[in-house]
Amino acid sequence: MTKRIQKLRRNSLEAINKISPERAMLLTNYYSTEGVDKLPVVLQRAGAFRYLLANKTLFLGEDELIVGERGPAPKETPTYPEISLHSLHDLEMLDSRRKVSYKVDAFTKEVYEHRIIPFWQGKTQRDRVFAQLSNEWKNAYAAGVFTEFQEQRAPGHTVAGKDLFNKGMLDLLEEINTSRAKLSQDETGKLNELVAMEIVANAVISYAARYVDALRKILPSAGTEQRINEVLDMIRVCERVPAHAPATFHEALQHYWFIHVAVITELNPWDSFNPGRLDQHLFPFYAAETAAGSLSREKATELLQAFWIKFNNHPAPPKVGVTALESNTYTDFALINLGGLTEEGLDAVNEMTFVLLDVIEEMRLLQPSSMVQVSKKNPDSFVKRALKIAKTGFGQPSFFNTDAIVQQLLNQGKQLIDARNGGASGCVETGAFGTEAYTLSGYFNLNKVLEITMHNGFDPRTARQIGPFTGEVHTFKNFEGFYQAFEKQLNHFIDIKIQGNNIIEKCFADFMPAPFLSLLISDCISNARDYNAGGARYNTSYIQGVGMGSITDNLASLKKWVFDERYLTFKQLIEILDEGFEHHPDWQQRFVYESPKWGNNDQMADEHATRVFESFYAAVNGRPSYRGGVFRINLLPTTSHVYFGSVTGAMPDGRPAGKPLSEGISPVQGADTNGPVAVLQSAAKLDHLRTGGTLLNQKFTPDFFESETALDNLTALIRTYFRFNGHHIQFNVVTEDTLRRAQRHPELYRDLIVRVAGYSDYFNDLGEDLQEEIINRTAHETS
Amino acid sequence: MKGLVFDIRSFSVHDGPGIRTTVFLKGCPLQCSWCHNPESQRCMTETVRKVRKLGNEPFETTETLGSYLDASQVLSRFQADKPFFEESNGGITISGGEPLMQPAFSLFLLKASKEMGIHTAFDTSGYAGQEVFKNVAHAADLVLFDLKLADDMQHQHFTGQSNQVIKENLFGLRESGKRFFIRIPLIPEVTDTQYNLDGLYRIMEELGTLERIDLLPFHHLGKRKYERLGRSFDFEHTAPYERARSERIKAFFKPLANLVSIGG
Repeated sequence: MTKRIQKLRRNSLEAINKISPERAMLLTNYYSTEGVDKLPVVLQRAGAFRYLLANKTLFLGEDELIVGERGPAPKETPTYPEISLHSLHDLEMLDSRRKVSYKVDAFTKEVYEHRIIPFWQGKTQRDRVFAQLSNEWKNAYAAGVFTEFQEQRAPGHTVAGKDLFNKGMLDLLEEINTSRAKLSQDETGKLNELVAMEIVANAVISYAARYVDALRKILPSAGTEQRINEVLDMIRVCERVPAHAPATFHEALQHYWFIHVAVITELNPWDSFNPGRLDQHLFPFYAAETAAGSLSREKATELLQAFWIKFNNHPAPPKVGVTALESNTYTDFALINLGGLTEEGLDAVNEMTFVLLDVIEEMRLLQPSSMVQVSKKNPDSFVKRALKIAKTGFGQPSFFNTDAIVQQLLNQGKQLIDARNGGASGCVETGAFGTEAYTLSGYFNLNKVLEITMHNGFDPRTARQIGPFTGEVHTFKNFEGFYQAFEKQLNHFIDIKIQGNNIIEKCFADFMPAPFLSLLISDCISNARDYNAGGARYNTSYIQGVGMGSITDNLASLKKWVFDERYLTFKQLIEILDEGFEHHPDWQQRFVYESPKWGNNDQMADEHATRVFESFYAAVNGRPSYRGGVFRINLLPTTSHVYFGSVTGAMPDGRPAGKPLSEGISPVQGADTNGPVAVLQSAAKLDHLRTGGTLLNQKFTPDFFESETALDNLTALIRTYFRFNGHHIQFNVVTEDTLRRAQRHPELYRDLIVRVAGYSDYFNDLGEDLQEEIINRTAHETS
Repeated sequence: MKGLVFDIRSFSVHDGPGIRTTVFLKGCPLQCSWCHNPESQRCMTETVRKVRKLGNEPFETTETLGSYLDASQVLSRFQADKPFFEESNGGITISGGEPLMQPAFSLFLLKASKEMGIHTAFDTSGYAGQEVFKNVAHAADLVLFDLKLADDMQHQHFTGQSNQVIKENLFGLRESGKRFFIRIPLIPEVTDTQYNLDGLYRIMEELGTLERIDLLPFHHLGKRKYERLGRSFDFEHTAPYERARSERIKAFFKPLANLVSIGG
């Protein structure tokens, strides 16, 4: 690592999260301008975007190589009052809370009190959405049956395709003109959309021009000859991109970064933006320049490291109100994809892949996160190189099955080439990069539905009848009858969720178009239709099932004790659960130790997993969305299994009320007592190919890796799981002692990163319950 | 056909090449004082105390060690794990206890696994009649042959049995041309004395160049098992084996084998 990178990395790690009021102020200025409210909505949005990029503070860090920040400085995070409005209380809470605080200075509070809040109160997207959502939706939401991604963040979660690196804004402007020429006179909606696209494309060109000016200004005081040459290089780069398609490696990185900053300035899309298949995109630039002698591997590495730090400078925009609890993580997920297949279906691993793996290993940063796509065509040397990094206990990269991803996308009706250009983003979500708008709509609490079914449609915690009356438990004569009641409740709440989603999708289509993001995803320009209104080639809305392990163990345990072995009547079981395990420890230990558990290749448990999967799939898959796409499922929790656990009562598997549920398709914490082979055998019983991603965590203690053949065996483990069509697996390599020490001395472990359910987070930034959960997860000792 | 099994473990990565599924048969003619699997020693099921915990709160219960499994139950487990063997060039291992205490069951599992196209390894102390050893152990693709003490008096003292037949079986194995690895437990002040290392060296030297020697350093993991069985453990206070010490022994044996590995 060069001195420069060391410095930039340290600056990034040490910078303190802070709320910046700048974006909110500029936006309020713009919207207060005479006449703006008379404009069509999409032109208001385009005008706001242009105003923001023309006036936002330019940050130029000392010795930087890549320029552009979301806020006025690293870790300074803007707010998006047009989407959701922080109250003064929210700001206080952000400032003072222990985990992932954002400093809020007096000026910000004052501006919020006197300018931002008075202007936006009652006018935010969140206000609009909540005014339309039904009471049924609100009750289910309050009960913790599901969460909603778009109540505080814009739809996004999309990934750049290869076109982004092959086209400049000028090329896109030409495409806009072509599209415009095809419009008939009465298509004003489409015309407005294209005009808006034109405005935002030009706005980002101007934004780069502002950097050219700023760089010229610092040139005289740049200092050393080396730095002067660097600044001259940067000026040349910013003069070319993003107006023109990048021609050099450096230009490609800066081009992407300008676009990235623009996407997250336009709105606060969930999961920011993502360069996707970075080794594929960068390899042509790298190969050409290294062959021509104008770029060395060292220089390319330094540029990439500078690029890495840029991602790490951006914590997620913080939420408002109580929903801050739902997901207690504040990274703005970007997941770099490496390896996989080329568009032609060949092994895509190239020299750039290995350069990037070196960068990942050396940088050890939380963001961007990284993963490797492993196809049967990729060599073992690639998998082993990635495992060597995973072995360092850093949680990255995670391992994805390219061949399964391609099949998932084909199964959804996508073209083969679009499927091969796809990958995974966010945590584990499958998408066709550059061509698909795939929105995550919210987590779904399968175990809450079980609790409600056990109470005849009543939610004990919020004390409301929120589901249909499907029967008091003593009326169920057999498990079958009870399962049917569960399925009825499931369908009921999925219906509510989907109705809500479609209201929200309509709100975004009508009131919150994203003309800049629309430039980047095919075929929004040629369709003259916004990304948020179904303009993309493919449109998918996902509902994420949470707690597969827990629901499986709960049903298996319930069936065993009540219906198969009849140790308890159903009524007695419910009494035990309602009274709490603190009054029934003996039953708790029997439920924990004597019930069948998911993750052990035990059909007594696993049959319930496949059944719930089918019910969930049938309830969601293929239902039409407002944007003209369809709803699909995936199985991942981020950190919602902790929130969902906190609102869910004691369960038949022995989990006490309030404790975390299982995450992804991983077994319940500690329940997988038969080792990784059995875990993978259980996990493979789910049909991953009908999902848009599943998440499986496996923790290994570091001593496992000390064996000389550990990498061979882990490679084989991955290959076997992928042969079973498994979607994703990641390895946590940590010791309990290390984590305990980190809890006691957080100041000494600031760089400790652990993998939580599909992404990495700083251990110190996790809630205490998550920390405990990580520690309690089964560490697979090898025999 | 039924056998007395005390465990079947998938993802065994120290009992032969690749990812393996190991079936542990219960019953052993030796009584090695350091044995880290004392529950594998007796040829019968045993019921022991077991404490389950919720937080710090203990719950008393019992557990039966060992069960009579039909060979088909074991084989269906092998079949399920086969894809992992295929991807890793692994297979199954029959271990113990001493699997030669149940020769018919062992032989049946070996032959059936081979029919299923699965690589087989056989982990043995070598303590069995020559006829049985030849018929059963030689039926595996790979024999993992444990060698403990060279001096017969010491062998009798620490394991309760003479090593005469063990040596005969070892040389028989060499002559047959069957593939085998030597496995040596490193037990402080027992098998790792210079006197014993020299003795083992001489035996192995006589065998000619070996493919592989696995050194298995002493560890504490079996300690609690002795408590549960209500037996005393001679090595209760012995410290875990130091890496440097195993490295020195590894270097000492290096001239004898293509590969000397620590930990298997």
